Amino acid sequence: MALKTPIYEAHVARGGRIVEFAGFLMPVSFEGIVAEHERVRNAVGLFDVSHMGEIEITGRDACAFTDYIVSNNVGRLEEGQICYTVCCNDAGRVLDDLLVYKFSEERILLVVNAVNTKKIYDHVGAVLRGAVDVKSRDRLAEERKKDVAIRNVSPETAQIAVQGPNARDILRSSRICAPVRDELATIPYYRFIIFRYNGGEIVVSRTGYTGELGYEIYLPAPLALDVWNELLACGEDYGAAPIGLGARDTLRFEPAFCLYGHELDEETSPLESGLSWVVKLKKGDFIGREALAAEKDAAPSRVLIGLEIEGRGIARQGFSVLKQGTGIGTVTSGTFSPTLKKSLAMALVSRSISLDNGGITVDIRGKSVPANRVPLPFYKSRAAD
Amino acid sequence: MIAEDCLFTKEHEWVYVERGNATIGISDYATGELGDIVYIELPEVGARVKQMDPIGTIEAVKTVAELFSPVSGEVIEINEEIVSNPEVVNKDPYEDGWFIKIKMEDPGELDVLFSHDEYQEFLGEQESDDEEEGGEVNEEG
Repeated sequence: MALKTPIYEAHVARGGRIVEFAGFLMPVSFEGIVAEHERVRNAVGLFDVSHMGEIEITGRDACAFTDYIVSNNVGRLEEGQICYTVCCNDAGRVLDDLLVYKFSEERILLVVNAVNTKKIYDHVGAVLRGAVDVKSRDRLAEERKKDVAIRNVSPETAQIAVQGPNARDILRSSRICAPVRDELATIPYYRFIIFRYNGGEIVVSRTGYTGELGYEIYLPAPLALDVWNELLACGEDYGAAPIGLGARDTLRFEPAFCLYGHELDEETSPLESGLSWVVKLKKGDFIGREALAAEKDAAPSRVLIGLEIEGRGIARQGFSVLKQGTGIGTVTSGTFSPTLKKSLAMALVSRSISLDNGGITVDIRGKSVPANRVPLPFYKSRAAD
Repeated sequence: MIAEDCLFTKEHEWVYVERGNATIGISDYATGELGDIVYIELPEVGARVKQMDPIGTIEAVKTVAELFSPVSGEVIEINEEIVSNPEVVNKDPYEDGWFIKIKMEDPGELDVLFSHDEYQEFLGEQESDDEEEGGEVNEEG
């Protein structure tokens, strides 16, 4: 039985094409992926991302405990700051990529992928009970003594993303954000503010998954439909419209943001997928640290690269990448880039191969199509951060 | 031509027959399902095709589909316009968005195709199947 977000009825009324994703009935498109994509790049779009998972970690040791679970340095975050990170298993392979919101030393919020909400909640619970498979049992025993409580707040939490160059103007003109109008103008990238609206706590962060100026709003589920309608109404003058999961994917692809299940999974290390910047080996012990340190010393065996397909066709996930006819890796994501008007792909390929001097092809349904290595990201907005 | 005058396949191609030649395209249902089309590959003029052979590829942003030939015969014309501007198919699937013309070998083959009304009925059955299965899982985000 698929779940509906609190905004679901509005998507149906608006004519959104609905698909099941991660157990939720979600809109995949409204006016068409390309039109929605361009709207976000040039104006602004609203995304219902209430399917995303939110896990709250509270207690005296909430911050220190989170640092044992994730690879980035949560201890160094200030209150009101966010970091992007991965959560690894003991082998240094990725269980999920996520955002960590630090409200205080005693209150942390993990925002996880919808497909992984249960997995990460169970994993964190297993760490607390000492039931997780790690080599360093002594360190785990220490973690178990910590004063920490975890709660899966996903069912009661809705999330709306407002993304695009006009995102700030919409929020500032909305009645909901009136109490924080001035703060919204200056909130820095990867910081958040908290305020109250209709008796509920609302969190607004300068974050997003599109590469544009944007905000993500966390709010109690019962308020979500009203807030969505209000934002759409006051966004009309700014060109706002709802955006589906289809454009969410092409929008994250151009700035080369990883998507779990594509660039990241339990067979991939963050060092391979270009996320070494979120792996802080010096911060102290965390699950996966030893394996990642060893992998870093030996140099990871694969590297995530960008490809521009020279011929016609789209290199989709799972297609083979070859060099002079020999297989060197696999496409993780590929699409036609609506902004750059090119067929592009990301691929995990063997690091031992020289990738500079041509001869790269992708097997597109049995046809060998030439491709050129190009730098990642494919696209970078000037206004995003 | 208008959709009502066409015959249809289960794979959502339409056929319009005039003086033994079949003009072939894909239905508005198909363009809706595919979304924005970005590449189209067509057979060469002169190619001989058999009924329900895969004869072309339609790449959309999210997915890819094959074009099946609704009839057997020889390809006598292809629509170059949709190769350079595939969005024409999304905008106008029954007129400017036609794919190819085939000189038919056997008009009897048309008997297995749907009339417009039968095709609409077929689509109705598909939709209710989809509901039972809860839709498709083809998206990640």
